[in-house]
Amino acid sequence: MEQATTPASPEQHSFIRKTNNIGERIIERGIRIIGGVAVVLIFLILLFVLREALPLLTGAFSQPKTAHGATTSSAAGDRTLKPEVYNPDVILSEQQAPEEFTPEVYNLDVSVPVTITANTTTTKEPDEGDHITLSNILGTIWQPVSTMPKFGIMPLVIGTAKTTFVAIFIGAPLGILAALYAAFFAPRRLREIMKPMVEILAGFPSVVIGFFCLLYVGSALQSLFGFQYRLNAFVGGIGLAIAVIPIVFTITEDALSAVPKSLLEASLAMGATQWESAYKVMLPAAFPGVFAAVLLGIGRAFGETMIALMATGNAAMVSASIGDPVRTFSATIGAEMGEVIWGSAHYSILFFLGVLLFVVSFTLNAVTELFIKERLAKKLQGG
Amino acid sequence: MSIKRLIGIFAVGVATVAVIAIAGLVFSTMGTFLVKGLPNITWQLLSEAPRNNNTEGGIFPAIYGTTLLVLVMSILGVPIGTITAIYLNEYTSAGAVMPRVIRFAVNTLAGVPSIVFGLFGLGFFVQFLGAGLDKTFGNTEAIWAKPALLWASATLAALTLPVVIVSVEEALKNVPREMREGSLALGATRWQTIWKIVLPNSTTGILTGSILAIGRSAGEVAPILFTGVVYSLPQLPDGISSQFMHLGYHLFVLSTQSPDVDKTLPLQYATTLVLLMLTFTLNFAATFIRSRIRSKQFR
Repeated sequence: MEQATTPASPEQHSFIRKTNNIGERIIERGIRIIGGVAVVLIFLILLFVLREALPLLTGAFSQPKTAHGATTSSAAGDRTLKPEVYNPDVILSEQQAPEEFTPEVYNLDVSVPVTITANTTTTKEPDEGDHITLSNILGTIWQPVSTMPKFGIMPLVIGTAKTTFVAIFIGAPLGILAALYAAFFAPRRLREIMKPMVEILAGFPSVVIGFFCLLYVGSALQSLFGFQYRLNAFVGGIGLAIAVIPIVFTITEDALSAVPKSLLEASLAMGATQWESAYKVMLPAAFPGVFAAVLLGIGRAFGETMIALMATGNAAMVSASIGDPVRTFSATIGAEMGEVIWGSAHYSILFFLGVLLFVVSFTLNAVTELFIKERLAKKLQGG
Repeated sequence: MSIKRLIGIFAVGVATVAVIAIAGLVFSTMGTFLVKGLPNITWQLLSEAPRNNNTEGGIFPAIYGTTLLVLVMSILGVPIGTITAIYLNEYTSAGAVMPRVIRFAVNTLAGVPSIVFGLFGLGFFVQFLGAGLDKTFGNTEAIWAKPALLWASATLAALTLPVVIVSVEEALKNVPREMREGSLALGATRWQTIWKIVLPNSTTGILTGSILAIGRSAGEVAPILFTGVVYSLPQLPDGISSQFMHLGYHLFVLSTQSPDVDKTLPLQYATTLVLLMLTFTLNFAATFIRSRIRSKQFR
């Protein structure tokens, strides 16, 4: 105690005996280090996804990376040498290749649009030496596997925007209205059922939601609206909405229940109806929270992979109709990463898409965390 | 006045419709998969390996692979999550900079799309760590620098870290301050207090966190797509460096890439139901334990 040399730490337990016990200090140091893992992880994710995308700038792809070339090329060799497996006669139980299917099979319903886009391809030919130019990336044709690969991400941007828009347009109002209902109008019994119900919805694995859309929603909507393709942006958007609803509901509900009850009582006392109090007093008071809910919902819809992969039709088309099949960022990564040769241009482009996904989700999250939540706290503490 | 009331009734009606729509969604999906899946669940399905290009036989290797995956994931992820929660709750005060940064990172981590975790797993674990391991051990062929169970588990552990941290922190907060102070007043050091007083009183919270993390990760397919999952295997995985089959991935492949989707439909329904049962049982268990903790709080 005399040798209280340990630096004063900022915690509230200032009465804790300062110790020069070495074991104690080692443990504390260890805990401090491991406590930072989450921060380190964020940096590592950005660093390593960027690292694989970097050859886009330097142009050093196509050949296996030099750092661990031997291992990479052998793994890549495994993938390129995989046998043709779509022959039903072949018995596949002995099959060991990591990925034994072609990406084309993803769009069972749409083989047409691919050729449509292929026809329009001929209008613009980038120079042969360097396929990854800015104009190539910003182009309108996504055709990564061909003798003249084209990595135009515009169709993917449009596809992602369409599905995200549909998901939010359907999911956010449903989630917010349901949360309003649960907070102000539902009988106590019903409210106690609603929360677990939404939790069940949140617990659905996304692959199951995708399967559900693939099996039922696609056909149902096709017969209802007469879409040309069974799987399209609208079906995918509905699937994503199912994933978005629980997020919007939960966060909105939290925000609404954080608003002081006295506001509601005051409003009711002034003669406003229940709905007016809920809609004009409580909802505006909780607005930052609701906004945060929608932003996080966008983040989820934007980054969701399996639903998009299974329910959107996966054709990289440029079109304005929500009845057309689309291909999203995440679905592109999910569908194509299994087939690419590690270190190739295609591989780097997919990681580049990953960087974009990361940056957007990070931004959405940072906005909610730093801006909205603080504002909500201030507002509710009588600012 | 009456118009206002009408608007109110209409609006509440719309909100009710929204609730009914959500309820309909939950019950129709659950109902569909229960009705269609239950008749197809047989002992043969649960215990046998797939045959004939996965169109016949069972899904045992997928169940086995999923179980192994989440177990290794918990072994990797739960200790780190618990220690982070201990750091946040026991070693820092709320206003300090470091815990705020960590909390921000945890929230960000929770919002990163799962496919990005997959890319991270491929770029970091497989291509960087794996290749590094192979280099240090002088392996001529790739033993670690390829997708494997270990890397998939590590990726999922990173993905579920926020879940564990949040649950454990909640449990730590429920341990009353007086117990800590009592322990410290008797001369125990901080670590002794945590190890002997705080942690034993929050084991249920750690358990909840692990179960929630397992429930979340059992259904995740995107992060493992390129870090270790395969469609079919000749034998069960025999170590953490081998690849594995997975329920969710199995369902994905059967429903989208199989040459004859209709033929395997019963198998798809059964796989879905098994997967749903797995995740729901885990989620319900976690909810149950958590509600027990909350009701049994130390006054």
